[in-house]
Amino acid sequence: MKSNLLPAIRLTFVFLVFFCGIYTMIVLGISRMVPSESSFAKTKKGYYENVGQKFSQDKYFWSRPSAVGYNAAGSGGSNKGPTNPDYLAEIHARIDTFMVHNPEIKKEEIPADLITASGSGIDPHISVQAAKVQVKRISKIRNISEDQVIKIIETQTEKPLLGLFGTEKINVLNLNLALDNLN
Amino acid sequence: MNTEILGVITMYAIVVALAIPLGRYIGKVFNYENTWLDKIFNPIDSLFFKLSGIDPSIEMNWKQHLTALLTINLVWFILSMLVLTNMSWLPLNPDGNPSMSADLAFNTTVSFVTNTNLQHYSGETGLSYLGQLILMLWQFISAGTGIAICAVVFMAMKERATSSLGNFYSLLVRSCTRILFPLAVIVAALLAFNGTPMTFEGKDSLTTLEGEQQQISRGPVAAFVAIKQLGTNGGGFYGPNSTNPMENPNYFTNMAETISIFLIPIAMVFALGYVLKRKKLALVVFGVMTIGFLLLLIPSIYFEMNGNTAITNMGIQQNMGSMEGKEVRFGAAASAYWAINTTCTSNGSVNAMHDSMTPLTGMFTLLGMMINSFYGGVGVGFLNFYIFIILAVFISGLMVGRTPEFLGKKIEAKEMKIAMFIALLHPFLILVATAISSHLYAQDPTTYAGWLANPGFHGFSEMLYEFTSSSANNGSGFEGLGDNTPFWNIACGLVMLLARYLPIIGPVAIAGILANKKYIPESNGTLKTDTSTFGFMVFAVIAIVAALSFFPALTLGPIAEYFSSLK
Repeated sequence: MKSNLLPAIRLTFVFLVFFCGIYTMIVLGISRMVPSESSFAKTKKGYYENVGQKFSQDKYFWSRPSAVGYNAAGSGGSNKGPTNPDYLAEIHARIDTFMVHNPEIKKEEIPADLITASGSGIDPHISVQAAKVQVKRISKIRNISEDQVIKIIETQTEKPLLGLFGTEKINVLNLNLALDNLN
Repeated sequence: MNTEILGVITMYAIVVALAIPLGRYIGKVFNYENTWLDKIFNPIDSLFFKLSGIDPSIEMNWKQHLTALLTINLVWFILSMLVLTNMSWLPLNPDGNPSMSADLAFNTTVSFVTNTNLQHYSGETGLSYLGQLILMLWQFISAGTGIAICAVVFMAMKERATSSLGNFYSLLVRSCTRILFPLAVIVAALLAFNGTPMTFEGKDSLTTLEGEQQQISRGPVAAFVAIKQLGTNGGGFYGPNSTNPMENPNYFTNMAETISIFLIPIAMVFALGYVLKRKKLALVVFGVMTIGFLLLLIPSIYFEMNGNTAITNMGIQQNMGSMEGKEVRFGAAASAYWAINTTCTSNGSVNAMHDSMTPLTGMFTLLGMMINSFYGGVGVGFLNFYIFIILAVFISGLMVGRTPEFLGKKIEAKEMKIAMFIALLHPFLILVATAISSHLYAQDPTTYAGWLANPGFHGFSEMLYEFTSSSANNGSGFEGLGDNTPFWNIACGLVMLLARYLPIIGPVAIAGILANKKYIPESNGTLKTDTSTFGFMVFAVIAIVAALSFFPALTLGPIAEYFSSLK
């Protein structure tokens, strides 16, 4: 053990310099070459597309429930188990709230992502169905036709990767920005 | 075909297609054969050895390997404790995050040095950037430790009688610089080009469209996440790991990160075939692992895509599946696929909250960690599998009345004792520790009320999961558990320590003892280990030893929860 100790300490410091220093600098250098539209940077309007925002006003498309109130400096999920009675009561309450604000919508039309909290608490997306069930409310409160709102949803829908892999989804921030652009 | 399922199939196809050439490359690195990266890495490696005063050509026997491994791991432990308990005043702390308490620093240090990456803190508020970088260092070199020691076992399995099994430091450096480093640079670049932050600036803040203030944590995320995924580490930069849209921005990065989980573990199996020149044996091992993996995967995807029964009963359609704790951009199938990937290997990163998954998916993630060798952690996954091979050789030897032999070496009482001890250690640690914590909770539910976020069977599952994850050196969690308390920090720390080093020492000792024995060439009387019959035997041993010892505990947790949810 003794004869190993000094080499072990010295090797650890070489590793430290190489991986904490050189590797990090290489990745930092690469990240500087990323064009600004695909890097982690604010858009012209001063928002991050990647980071979900809280939308709960009736004039905007709502984003998903969040266990952390869309705090992007303390993200997290609810960690509620699927059979937890308190949790199921919360789901009930969310359904009721949604139906109060969207009286024309039937319960079975509400998609699950609108009443369940995301894993990160800052999920930037909702499903297409989650946008569609909010059309009536939005069109009424903004005094625009439902067709106009549906058109925005269609242009904002992001297809699965290459049209083949994964889910169809809508970025809520972009959707609401497009909505504000109408007026 | 459903695009979510197609995404999952494509991820598996890509990882196997990449693992075959990578396995060949890893085999060449272990064999000291020429590769096209030598031009870059030969000078780097010799500089490493010059600066550390190490002669990489000195051959070591298995005991010397273990001494070297344990000594350098002790150095890492001390350095990590020093940094984590002093972060608040050290540089690179723009957000002014505090230092860790002693018990939390102990847990975190053990967790990262043992390649577990269990996290009882949240990265945004619990670490400075220096803390993150030092943990990233352990992510590289603890993974390198696993790969290096696995190479030692490969060398011991060759057809010869010898006690010299290469040089530990040399294998460690080669694993880190020639295998992990280039892959990490590629994955980090893919992430940075898709919107993962890579900066040393502190928190940003903005006013949202609805007019609220929002703070956004940043940091050197891309560099960190790449090695976290590749080295079966799993400790996230942010609290909720790769569910966070900065750590995992879109479906493409999700594919890249998921592929990174399995890449090296599968490649290690092909490296085995290359090093030993026994492709058929490698295929049998790969076949057993793959069948086991699929048996856990397929029902998990089914249950997650089907949704939570309790929510269905409320009259809600769950076309996207069970969405609590999941992200829309990944969907239920890719989340279930990641969950089984991360628990079969000892990765432990998550892209959805395991605590909120349907009860039986929870059970399959637990089973992945309880078996811990369907591909398994980088290097150590094969060591766990090696134990099951030794047991299967012994049992089938007894069944046909022949002296048990594996690759031309007789397996005798001493090796069997070690193998049994290691095989039983994992259930022992998990079940005893869960029993103690359950006892404490049941005795005094008011004092320990902060432990469990969910009542009933699920609460028990949270404790079972935490110790299973610790003992499998996995690091994922049913995160509803209030685990930053001295009890959980210290208990999980001890479990992780025992469950890391004993299952390294055991297989290395067996392999080292076997390597010293006389080589007996194969004859008609030899039990063939590269056949599907033998593969079936190994599978049966895994099912009996690993899965059945946990069945009673699983019955109390996820199985009971499942049946109670059917009411």
